[in-house]
Amino acid sequence: MILEVDKLQIHYRTRDGVARAVDGASFAVPEGRIVGLVGESGCGKTTAVRAIMGVLAENGRQAGGRVVFKGEPMDEATTRKLRWRDIAYVPQSAMSSLDPVYTVGSQLIEVLTKRGGFSRAAARTRSVELFDLVGLNERRLADYPHQFSGGMRQRAAIAIALALEPSLLLADEPVTALDVIVQRQILDVLRSLQQRLKLSMVLVTHDISVVAYLCDEVVVMYAGQVVESGPVREVLARPRHPYTMGLRNAFPDLLSDALELVPIAGSPPDLREPLSGCRFVPRCPFAQPACSLDAVMTGNGAHRSACHRDSEADTLRTAALDPRTWPRSSSFAMS
Amino acid sequence: MAALVELRDVVKHFPVTRTLGEIARGAHPAVHALDGVTFDVGDGDAVAIVGESGCGKTTLGRLMLKLVEPTGGAITFAGAPMAGLAGERLRDFRRQVQLVFQNPFDALNPRFTIYRAVVEPLINAGIDRAEHADRVASAFRRVHLADFDRYFDRYPHQLSGGQLQRVVMARALVLGPRFLVADEPVSMLDVSVRAGILALLREVRETMGLTAVYISHDLALVRYLCERTLVMYLGRIVEDAPTEEIVRRPRHPYTQALVAAVPVPDPDQSRQPLPIKGNVPDAREPPSGCSFRDRCPHAMARCAAETPALRAVAGGHHVACHLE
Ligand SMILES: Nc1ncnc2c1ncn2[C@@H]1O[C@H](COP(=O)(O)OP(=O)(O)OP(=O)(O)O)[C@@H](O)[C@H]1O
Ligand SMILES: Nc1ncnc2c1ncn2[C@@H]1O[C@H](COP(=O)(O)OP(=O)(O)OP(=O)(O)O)[C@@H](O)[C@H]1O
Ligand code: SF4
Ligand code: SF4
Ligand SMILES: [Mg+2]
Ligand SMILES: [Mg+2]
Repeated sequence: MILEVDKLQIHYRTRDGVARAVDGASFAVPEGRIVGLVGESGCGKTTAVRAIMGVLAENGRQAGGRVVFKGEPMDEATTRKLRWRDIAYVPQSAMSSLDPVYTVGSQLIEVLTKRGGFSRAAARTRSVELFDLVGLNERRLADYPHQFSGGMRQRAAIAIALALEPSLLLADEPVTALDVIVQRQILDVLRSLQQRLKLSMVLVTHDISVVAYLCDEVVVMYAGQVVESGPVREVLARPRHPYTMGLRNAFPDLLSDALELVPIAGSPPDLREPLSGCRFVPRCPFAQPACSLDAVMTGNGAHRSACHRDSEADTLRTAALDPRTWPRSSSFAMS
Repeated sequence: MAALVELRDVVKHFPVTRTLGEIARGAHPAVHALDGVTFDVGDGDAVAIVGESGCGKTTLGRLMLKLVEPTGGAITFAGAPMAGLAGERLRDFRRQVQLVFQNPFDALNPRFTIYRAVVEPLINAGIDRAEHADRVASAFRRVHLADFDRYFDRYPHQLSGGQLQRVVMARALVLGPRFLVADEPVSMLDVSVRAGILALLREVRETMGLTAVYISHDLALVRYLCERTLVMYLGRIVEDAPTEEIVRRPRHPYTQALVAAVPVPDPDQSRQPLPIKGNVPDAREPPSGCSFRDRCPHAMARCAAETPALRAVAGGHHVACHLE
């Protein structure tokens, strides 16, 4: 394992109490593997990744658990040392992460010379290579960020993250802003880096087709916790947790005739409230009284899930395919 | 239906920093962000714009809201030339239109709380203070942000990407705009939230008579929202057709590639090779003739010599390609 996240707890101080944005999440990234981190908006994906990178917001703190990188527990000093060289990060706000007063090329060269020990000449050659890798014309090295389109800035941020050939890349929605063709090209670049350099990666995304295309494993988060994890094929073909089943249903299929999405009714819990039991209870069509107890990750083998009705997963999955299983009030007919 | 917005041969060039060689040669290179764009947006319509990164979608959206001025061509809003709008008429125009920014992390003032961000358009429009709280609350309710009052005192960086995107949407809708340009409005939302926002946008369109242009790279999403889709490539419209036609019977070779590249949520099906290779040519040096020719599997001699015009063909398609 290149990265192990163990019972991680991240708390944010807010005006009205502590928000437990990540509440005991555990997952691991095997060396040379790409792990997709998925889950509903606000479930703690960015928080988890920022905690690993050691760049939490000023009102956030690690309240428990640990992060182990290449066998060594990380603390502030080690993260600072490893940051960018060994672990690189493409933030969700990558589009606005470039400095507006310097050209994109000089920002890339700065990373290469200051952090990577490149000579200026070597850095210039490497910049051209990196731009080419993400599909940007080398002439654009001389442009300022405001002269780039949104997707071009996103690609520049990916180029900067890859500049020093890190062994672990944490990428938060890296292809979200890109059209499908550029998106595919970037995913192919990431896959070839995985194969060529044994790059390991955590890819945060809400797009299950991106997970299907690129990831080896997937970790599904809900309300600050991991509710399901395992090999991509397994999890997508035979989800075991009702939340994952719901996620799959809500996914639009470009060519299906059914112009209807089946969303998961309701919304995630308020993380400032003390929570116990399975957090999906209020929205789960299969909830039972026993679900008010904490659900722990179980499963034999790599595919694990945290649901009290895990032994009935096959039956629940069949039921979940029927749109009538999910509360009708919020099933939006789209046409 | 009458057109609300009309664009005729709209051109937008951005000057670029010149290299020493260019200065010596007296050259004035420019980024050809838009090169002759013509279309109408009917009153009450929802039109989608799709196309490769850097092809000019955001620039087009900004032009339609008079946030930048065109280098050439003309745009009219409700029959009035936009170039001439000034003074009270310009303020009136600004009250009727809204933009949802492509990047929610850039869209809000980082020093304002979320409440302040959403109430600001009401203040600017001189809406009675007594109405503010109610209107803000109803805008938040529309964007499906649960327990929204818990976000009121927070600053933008204290929200998740998807939460922020919904705040930006609430801000755009709070005044009840007549014309909305939404640039990748739901790109950071997971499918479960997205369905709700899409339903909201359709509802707003029906109940408030909203006219909207949605910029998105997500054809599956566009299909739920817009009857008509414009496909752009390097500053031009290459296909303009009913969305169902674009998805099921794409005619322009670029549209065909775009539809074929839409990813599917199935690991066994998703690894088909891309139908086209390479990158979009740099918008500083658009190729002669058809700008897609260096990637087009059907390119012929004529494609280099002559720029194909957008012409009406079968099935309600307008296509700019010499194969037609
Ligand atoms: N600095 C902060 N202060 C207080 N709360 C915060 C802060 N940053 C994030 N949060 C809250 O923590 C929760 C998790 O946020 P996070 O950004 O990790 O979500 P996410 O899973 O990345 O969502 P998205 O998919 O929308 O980006 C959210 O409810 C968010 O509002
Ligand atoms: N202010 C500017 N100065 C110079 N060039 C610009 C400026 N704004 C945009 N451009 C250029 O114009 C072209 C079109 O940019 P635009 O932002 O409209 O693309 P887009 O289609 O929205 O792309 P994306 O999908 O990546 O957001 C790009 O080549 C971009 O670099
Ligand atoms: S534990 Fe109960 S409520 Fe939670 S997902 Fe399983 S069945 Fe649903
Ligand atoms: S005009 Fe020629 S190069 Fe352009 S899309 Fe048609 S066939 Fe291809
Ligand atoms: Mg996030
Ligand atoms: Mg754009």
